[in-house]
Amino acid sequence: MNLNAKIPDGPLDQKWTKYKNTARLVNPANKRSIDVIVVGTGLAGASAAASLAEMGYKVKALCFQDSPRRAHSIAAQGGINAAKNYMNDGDSTFRLFYDTIKGGDYRAREANVYRLAEVSANIIDQCVAQGVPFARDYGGLLDNRSFGGTQVSRTFYAKGQTGQQLLLGAYSALSRQVGKGNVEMLNRHEMLDVVIIDGKARGIIARNLVTGAIERHSAHAVVLCTGGYGNVFFLSTNAMGSNVTAAWRAHKRGAAFGNPCYTQIHPTCIPVSGDHQSKLTLMSESLRNDGRIWVPKKKEDVEAIRAKRLKPQDIKEEDRDYYLERRYPAFGNLVPRDIASRAAKERCDEGYGVNATGEAVYLDFSSAIVRYGKAQANVKGIHNATDQQIIELGTKVVEEKYGNLFQMYEQIVAENPYKTPMMIYPAVHYTMGGLWVDYELMTNVPGLYACGEANFSDHGANRLGASALMQGLADGYFVLPYTIGNYLADEIRTGKIPTNSPEFDAAEKNVRDQINRIMNNKGTKPVDHFHKRLGKVMWDKCGMGRNEKGLKEAITEIRKIREDFYQDVRVPGTADYMNQELEKALRVADFIELGELMCIDALERKESCGGHFREEYQTEDGEALRDDNQFMYVAAWEWSGDPSSPKLNKEPLIYENIKVQQRSYK
Amino acid sequence: MAKGLFGSSLMKKFWMALTGIFLITFLVVHCLINAMIFFDDGGMTFNKWAHFMGTNLIIRTMEIVLFLGLILHIVDGLMLYFQNRRARPVKYAYEKASASSTWYSRSMALLGTLILLFLILHLYHFWLKTRITGLTVEPSHIFFDGHRYEDLFSEMKFVFKHLWVVIVYVLGCISLFWHLLHGFRSAFQSLGFNYTKYKSTIAFMGDAFSVIIPSIFAAMPVALYTGWIQ
Amino acid sequence: MEKGMNLKLKIWRQKNTNEQGKIVEYPVSNVSPDMSFLEMIDVLNDSLVAKGEEPVAFDHDCREGICGMCSMFINGEAHGPNRGVTTCQLHMRSFKEGETIYIEPWRSEAFPVIKDLMVDRGAFDRIQQAGGFVSVNTSGRTLDANAIPIPKEDADKAFDAATCIGCGACAATCPNGSAMLFVAAKVSQFALLPQGQVERKERVLNMVKQMDEEGFGNCSNIGACEVQCPKNISIEVIARMNREYLMANVKPEN
Repeated sequence: MNLNAKIPDGPLDQKWTKYKNTARLVNPANKRSIDVIVVGTGLAGASAAASLAEMGYKVKALCFQDSPRRAHSIAAQGGINAAKNYMNDGDSTFRLFYDTIKGGDYRAREANVYRLAEVSANIIDQCVAQGVPFARDYGGLLDNRSFGGTQVSRTFYAKGQTGQQLLLGAYSALSRQVGKGNVEMLNRHEMLDVVIIDGKARGIIARNLVTGAIERHSAHAVVLCTGGYGNVFFLSTNAMGSNVTAAWRAHKRGAAFGNPCYTQIHPTCIPVSGDHQSKLTLMSESLRNDGRIWVPKKKEDVEAIRAKRLKPQDIKEEDRDYYLERRYPAFGNLVPRDIASRAAKERCDEGYGVNATGEAVYLDFSSAIVRYGKAQANVKGIHNATDQQIIELGTKVVEEKYGNLFQMYEQIVAENPYKTPMMIYPAVHYTMGGLWVDYELMTNVPGLYACGEANFSDHGANRLGASALMQGLADGYFVLPYTIGNYLADEIRTGKIPTNSPEFDAAEKNVRDQINRIMNNKGTKPVDHFHKRLGKVMWDKCGMGRNEKGLKEAITEIRKIREDFYQDVRVPGTADYMNQELEKALRVADFIELGELMCIDALERKESCGGHFREEYQTEDGEALRDDNQFMYVAAWEWSGDPSSPKLNKEPLIYENIKVQQRSYK
Repeated sequence: MAKGLFGSSLMKKFWMALTGIFLITFLVVHCLINAMIFFDDGGMTFNKWAHFMGTNLIIRTMEIVLFLGLILHIVDGLMLYFQNRRARPVKYAYEKASASSTWYSRSMALLGTLILLFLILHLYHFWLKTRITGLTVEPSHIFFDGHRYEDLFSEMKFVFKHLWVVIVYVLGCISLFWHLLHGFRSAFQSLGFNYTKYKSTIAFMGDAFSVIIPSIFAAMPVALYTGWIQ
Repeated sequence: MEKGMNLKLKIWRQKNTNEQGKIVEYPVSNVSPDMSFLEMIDVLNDSLVAKGEEPVAFDHDCREGICGMCSMFINGEAHGPNRGVTTCQLHMRSFKEGETIYIEPWRSEAFPVIKDLMVDRGAFDRIQQAGGFVSVNTSGRTLDANAIPIPKEDADKAFDAATCIGCGACAATCPNGSAMLFVAAKVSQFALLPQGQVERKERVLNMVKQMDEEGFGNCSNIGACEVQCPKNISIEVIARMNREYLMANVKPEN
């Protein structure tokens, strides 16, 4: 397999400029006769589709939701990073680059990450120009806040709805192009296969989810912006519809899958409340700016809380264990996500969990409320403010910053987080792994691109908070529009690609066969039954802590689930109209195959790094222990035809600009 | 760009609001002049003012404008009503509209129709007689200070001798009260005048207006029927 | 755990856009008060699949109140009895033991039913395409983000308008079937920002035109939309759109 990352040579800070100066171009007249398909309309997809259409390409964009505005980027809460250094706190492109590489535990590609940091500032300019209402200070300038794993404030935000505002910005750019007729938007369409002709991606097979029609769409390039695969765990913070199908079908057509085992478990999610749970809800990392995480120091207090004999606010300060501040004094509550998650698991495993299931810790705002309250009292010139006044003033400030998150919490848990500390627990949130791409964001299949969370490229083994939005928009607005021309310059003489070729026939047959197999399978169990089984295996054995024995068991169990699925799944109705059970079944079938690959990858990587924590490989004080000599590579898995025997290819990671060291946030 | 005066939904809204506010100002004038009967001077002041209103050229011109405004308000309202019905061809099996809005804000067309029915009777009672057929009462004219006035006051006493007429008028005023209660502030919203700073002022003015004007109007037939005013 | 509730669901079932639909009654039992409303429907659907019946089709995705996909008219109200939440954020603790719950799709000429509780809200996309954007190319070659300071008050107001999730509850709940809260929220967001000034007049004219063509009803300031809006968007935005529209008509040239 060819894993040439095509990284331009020259100094790190000039690679991208050099690339742009030398990449081939397609002249405007020729762009009009070139088709590009963009699958998915999240930050990466919407921005890519809009940008390509503006440039003059003929774009078709697909989303499985009823409108491109629904893509799950919309749920991102906390913010977007950019090296603007508006706060004058010493930020720079290099620092953002460095923080990202370090945060990713030295498992990301230098050149890609540097480029990301380089274009980050442009993203903010672009979004402001589009009318994205970022938070501002009283001087009318943009405000910033801090996120985990950094010591500067570089996160731009719009309350707790930054993802929504950015996506609506990209959606408006996309809508403008749809209105002009430059983008053909196909809502409620799901991609089910890639068509490869003479080794190049030439189109896709998609199912119209309303009519059930299987459609052929041809193009000179196919761009997958289909997000992550966290839903392999059944319970995750992903949307119900988020799925791996497009990426997985591409994988089965030859695209390598990079680092599938790198999963981000987000430390601050609302804990599971029962068996009926269908998804988990995130509480933004930005809350860790002001919230302090703790569990009781004494077991008897834990017992009393679980029995509801004691309220957390009644536990004395000295009886609380602010374990992150204790273990990581330098970063405190703002350590990266993987570390915060594992620390919570460690406390809960030791029996200090504070809810009925023993899987929750507190996120407490009381000291922030008092701190802000005092500051506000000073600002308003209220001397000798009473405690009550201070709390009222402070509550207002906190509400201003995180109001919607607190309201969301109260809806779900029915407790007022201004008064009692929030209960939180880690949950699957993001997947760093994804389709392998080179510097140009092209997979190893020519003409097939992957952007945003769907690719593996920028976050290494752990993503820093507020970097996903940055990557999605960077890929779609500023990277792909340049790199895709370098490939399409060769396509100007190709002409319209016909959809009646044998390759299209075969791909369509493949899709129809799979649908028929599921529809004709008169089993007894709903799709969710298998999905939940898969999710449990993945969470227990390929979740926050992994070990050889567990992973081997998981692989066996997943194979059994796959077998059972095809024997016993039941999808009522027909395939020739809207059928949501069928949609789920097709996605779960792919999740099952992917789950096995994730376990195989996790088993193969005999080290701990970032979100991948192998219990056998840890330091004395329980931190992740990397093995740079053996595992400083990207695992790019190749489909072999059998989900149980994928082929491993390695792309070595070379660090020329930073010193690789043990990550420390102490 | 203005595609016809009724081209768009928003234009229809503006006309509704403009004609509404115009009709509101008419109500003020009408109410003030009719309230002269409460001087209880045998209708002298009232008849003088009525004479002025009936003979002044500007006022007579405005009367035409008033009718045009009224017709516009009605026609526009009906167009909105039918457009809105078309917008939801399949009704909800269960709709709890009271949870999010007041009944009278949803019933402007109905209230308007009731007011219109009342208005037909009202025009027959007074407008038709003063402008066209002449008054029913004998003598139809009286003299003050050497001037001859139409005795509209006596006509009022004559009309409001019947209990059913008084009841219809009072019901008309009640319909007007509900119609104004929504219509007054609604007009400001339609014209874009909704600022946090003035919100409560407009709401207060609207509520006060809706109570005061119809109450004064309703008091007239009642006062004449009961003999409170002679 | 508390003992589960028993409920009677009356759900609109409709095979496709062209066929007639009807209300069908389903009993559900052992419903936990901690369940979300959609999780309760999940349970119902799993039981229907087990019987070989077609599950109830409904739109949903993020299940945390932000994507705007869920769209149920529950017991006579858009997104159910609670305020400031979407259907997916509604929890069963808001209902009583033994309660009958009506569940219907959004009803609007502009939102044809696709199946059961699922409607086509393409009208909203088309309104957005008519003018809900700032015509700036995505080159990133724009002014520095801090080049134009924006008063915090304006930025905050623009944000409040921009929180619209496009769910359609306003149009579904409006007794007139009007979509003005949705359109006005977008118009207001841009009208409040310096970046939106250039196309200010054209935008409001085009978006209102498209809104009318989609077959929505007309606003008569009833105000039900702001009560039922899951994002608490105020009808002040409609007043602002009215002003914008008036100004655009009075003085069409920029």
